[in-house]
Amino acid sequence: MAIAEKTAVGVTVFDLQFAFVQRQRRSHVARTSYLCWSLLTFLLAFSTQSAEMPLNMTQGVTEISQQVYDLHMKIFYICCAIGIAVFGVMFWSIIHHRKSKGVEPAQFHESTKVELLWTAFPVVILIIMAIPATQTLIAMEDTSEADVSILITGSQWKWHYKYMDHKVEYFSLLATPRQQIDNKLSKGENYLLEVDRPLVIPTGKKVRFLVTSDDVIHSWWVPAFAVKKDANPGFINEAWTRVDHPGIYRGQCAELCGKDHGFMPVVVVAKEPADFEQWIAQESATQAAAKEAELKLLAMNMSKDELMALGEKTYMGYCAACHQPNGMGIPGVFPALKGSKMALEDLPAHIDIVLNGKTGTSMQAFDKQLTLSEIAAVVTYERNAWDNNTGDLVQAADIAKAQSK
Amino acid sequence: MSTVTTDPHAHAEHEHHGPAKGLKRWLYTTNHKDIGTLYLLFSLLMFFIGGAMAMVIRAELFQPGLQIVEPNFFNQMTTVHGLIMVFGAVMPAFTGLANWLIPMMIGAPDMALPRMNNWSFWILPFAFSILLASLFMEGGGPSFGWTFYAPLSTTYSNDSTALFVFSVHIMGISSIMGAINVIVTIMNLRAPGMTYMKMPLFVWTWFITAYLLIAVMPVLAGVVTMVLTDKYFGTSFFDAAGGGDPVLFQHIFWFFGHPEVYIMILPAFGIISSIVPTFSRKPLFGYASMVYATSSIALLSFLVWAHHMFTTGMPVAAELFFMYCTMLIAVPTGVKVFNWVATMWRGAMTFEVPMMFSLAFIVLFTIGGFSGLMLAITPADFQYHDTYFVVAHFHYVLVTGAIFSIMAAAYYWLPKWTGHMYDETLGQWHFWCSLISVNVLFFPMHFVGLAGMPRRIPDYALQFADFNALISIGGFAFGLSQLLFVWLVVKCIKGGEKATDQVWEGAEGLEWTIASPAPYHSFTTPPEIK
Amino acid sequence: MALKHQPVVIKLCLLTAAMFGFGYALVPLYDVFCDLTGLNGKTSTMAATAEAAIPDKQREVLVEFIARPNNNMPWVFEPVVHKIRVHPGEIHRIDYLAHNITGRSMTAQAVPSVSPGQAALYFNKMECFCFTQQHLTAGQQLLMPLQFYVDPALPEQFSTITLSYTLYEVDAVAPVTAETATGDNNE
Repeated sequence: MAIAEKTAVGVTVFDLQFAFVQRQRRSHVARTSYLCWSLLTFLLAFSTQSAEMPLNMTQGVTEISQQVYDLHMKIFYICCAIGIAVFGVMFWSIIHHRKSKGVEPAQFHESTKVELLWTAFPVVILIIMAIPATQTLIAMEDTSEADVSILITGSQWKWHYKYMDHKVEYFSLLATPRQQIDNKLSKGENYLLEVDRPLVIPTGKKVRFLVTSDDVIHSWWVPAFAVKKDANPGFINEAWTRVDHPGIYRGQCAELCGKDHGFMPVVVVAKEPADFEQWIAQESATQAAAKEAELKLLAMNMSKDELMALGEKTYMGYCAACHQPNGMGIPGVFPALKGSKMALEDLPAHIDIVLNGKTGTSMQAFDKQLTLSEIAAVVTYERNAWDNNTGDLVQAADIAKAQSK
Repeated sequence: MSTVTTDPHAHAEHEHHGPAKGLKRWLYTTNHKDIGTLYLLFSLLMFFIGGAMAMVIRAELFQPGLQIVEPNFFNQMTTVHGLIMVFGAVMPAFTGLANWLIPMMIGAPDMALPRMNNWSFWILPFAFSILLASLFMEGGGPSFGWTFYAPLSTTYSNDSTALFVFSVHIMGISSIMGAINVIVTIMNLRAPGMTYMKMPLFVWTWFITAYLLIAVMPVLAGVVTMVLTDKYFGTSFFDAAGGGDPVLFQHIFWFFGHPEVYIMILPAFGIISSIVPTFSRKPLFGYASMVYATSSIALLSFLVWAHHMFTTGMPVAAELFFMYCTMLIAVPTGVKVFNWVATMWRGAMTFEVPMMFSLAFIVLFTIGGFSGLMLAITPADFQYHDTYFVVAHFHYVLVTGAIFSIMAAAYYWLPKWTGHMYDETLGQWHFWCSLISVNVLFFPMHFVGLAGMPRRIPDYALQFADFNALISIGGFAFGLSQLLFVWLVVKCIKGGEKATDQVWEGAEGLEWTIASPAPYHSFTTPPEIK
Repeated sequence: MALKHQPVVIKLCLLTAAMFGFGYALVPLYDVFCDLTGLNGKTSTMAATAEAAIPDKQREVLVEFIARPNNNMPWVFEPVVHKIRVHPGEIHRIDYLAHNITGRSMTAQAVPSVSPGQAALYFNKMECFCFTQQHLTAGQQLLMPLQFYVDPALPEQFSTITLSYTLYEVDAVAPVTAETATGDNNE
């Protein structure tokens, strides 16, 4: 409730200031008054109807985010006060000192006293602003020891999370189905803000994020934590948070990182420490078991249907962003797979590029991102989908063989 | 009707040598007025091309989901929209105004280097043809944002980067030549008695802007060259693998980029400082402090670049330094706004279109200044950075700031250029349509940004849908409103009420002492300034 | 008239050329600035000499090691220990394992980065595999050493230092250096 109230106040002031500007204008040009008025009603109607979008910065769920919010509001109010004073004088003058009222213009054109005053006065206001800003900034950069450290790696266009003290790591991809983006299905509640595997952190503990990137610059942003840090390739950046309440917090990549920059959300689930411990223990066990299962798979052969089904799923998740769902790629940017020499003929090179990537291009190495069977399936899919029809079946064992070559 | 000629300069032919006929006149011209006209028309064309791209962006963002364009093309639109508007619309418009006005304002017969002047204009169409042509190559044009952050613009871009770099080089050369011309003209060609502290503020602000251009355009040329060699010639300025650093790119880029922002606003300050006194019928308040404020803004602009990169990870001390310096810029900027308000105070104001645009400039630019001040506060910037709040901020200072001042200037000096008064009713329509639509367009962006919508995304979460629809409506309305301006200018060139030499009752300055339209050659003998 | 303009034009052209040069000068200046302030956590690319630093037994600093092959670099690359507690001034040596699992010879360069950035100024490497390129033949494994100490002058507020290496493939253009690197590391 408190959030809603404060937001409402903020908005009112913003609107009032705007309304003020508009209203003053309206008073002297009658024929446009109707237009202005309808605009105002329109704007106000919007601010009441679209209740689902907050109209102000979030207060967030951490002490820091609250401090940032308070700072934001403080400076906003100071700006409003200055604005009202300056524009007030200006519009008073516009109304009263106009030629049509028959006034004689004064001829003064300087006053050292006044000019010094309005140079000094803003300096004082700026100092008043700078003090809390400095305090908050220093609090944000507190580098004391953390309870949990997580390495966050951005790449085109997904996030990878690795818990430094556990054998748990995974990719986090956009979960919104392609059909929703293409307007073929109605959009879900968390459209574009949902991922397959969210980051999980404990509440009440200091969680440290080490942020880096594998290709271009990304920026990891969760508004509710007031954490936004650039992920620079080759360098690590540090940020931290301490979340008090369990919940699901959503954000997005904030730095233009290529074609699908708008499609790499961040979702963080904060759990009670006990729940977190349970989750991470289970996750470690699952990931260890998956590795073992992977080895067993080597002995097994999957049928073409199985390979194609798994391959299509993997392709849509990891490959389609660049090579496109129809395998046509984007000419000049991402090569087509449909009808390409590599997908039709050179099988060893095909497996090699999926496993190891290609230096100096956007083609990543999927060796550590996908399981053996997923790689086998996706290669099979690429060689048989979209009229490629080579009939080649690739099994996990073939991939393992290629790996050890 | 036979007395009304379609060529405003035709009567100048009676003088010793007037303009040549036809296309050759424009191709070979060394006349500052012709070149000024070319610059202004070129920038108007670019304004509409860049605007058309903005319309594509707003059409795609009208609703959530992908409807009209693919994300890759969307990114090309945001990139080229930014480049065209900055380098093709705003900067050439100011250069055009400088060409037309500076010689007339300081009592010079022409620019100091007229042949170079011809070159600095005529290479521009080539630069922008190259940039626009790159959109049609395989894989499309540049799609890494107008800020072209490495390594997105190096390793991860397609070959349009080479064309982009080449066109930026040409734009840079053009701007530098223009700036050299302005400085030499102001230093050497002032009429006798026109001391520096008697120059009109438009001349002063351009003098300072020209120095900024010479200081930072070469840095831009350097950084695009580094991008080029990183991509094609194996250097590693910005590639961590080779010992470089992608963050270094941002430091060099913004060392250019922040002064660039002031290059686009200082001449606007000069324009407003010319118009407000005229329509207040009262001399400008605090001329000297305006000059000092402009200079200190220019100097400070070299010390604040890293406020664009607080999230890249910086030591606290550096963050504090850049935060304090940035906040300091509010002081001289505030002085300017206070001076304009004091100029109006106890004046005798009238509200013709140039004055309306100037008043809108003062209010809306100040709102842009407030959001700028908020953005300077580092901890809050972590939330604002790269959201629509930033988009709202820089469109308030560049559209309702720079563009509105250019509009104001066009209305103010059109009678002097064409010899005809523009259509006041049509002008008021243009003003009010622009004012309302521009606020419907950009004001809600503040809210969308605060609510957490990142910039440069082709699709967005459902909560942002209503506001984006509203913003798009504002965008289309603003785009359409500008057609009124074209209509008005065409009308004004063709005919209209004859303008007097002084044009405006309260106008002061040398340009108002010569005939309207300004003769092809003015001040061939310098005027005497008391 | 033209003569009157010439000196100004020449000066302005020189200024333009100087600013173009300054753009390039920003590259080394940036490195100097990074060395002075620890901007962006760059560490020195030169071996530090072991000064007669007296270990500060009163104080402990946690040093974490992160090793990441870049995403189109198919090697296995990881530190043998992931974190240690050290007294500032003490010299420590840890090893990193590199394994070229591909079927071809490859050359790699590890790029260091330290967080928090300012701590990079106090993190001294006496020996590091990151000073040179590393060449591994198909299937070869290698233990690569890092010898370092934390300067006792490290400001109090830093209690954790994270050292990250990103491993990049280098186009095999300098076979001579690659050979020397191999020779050095076949221990």
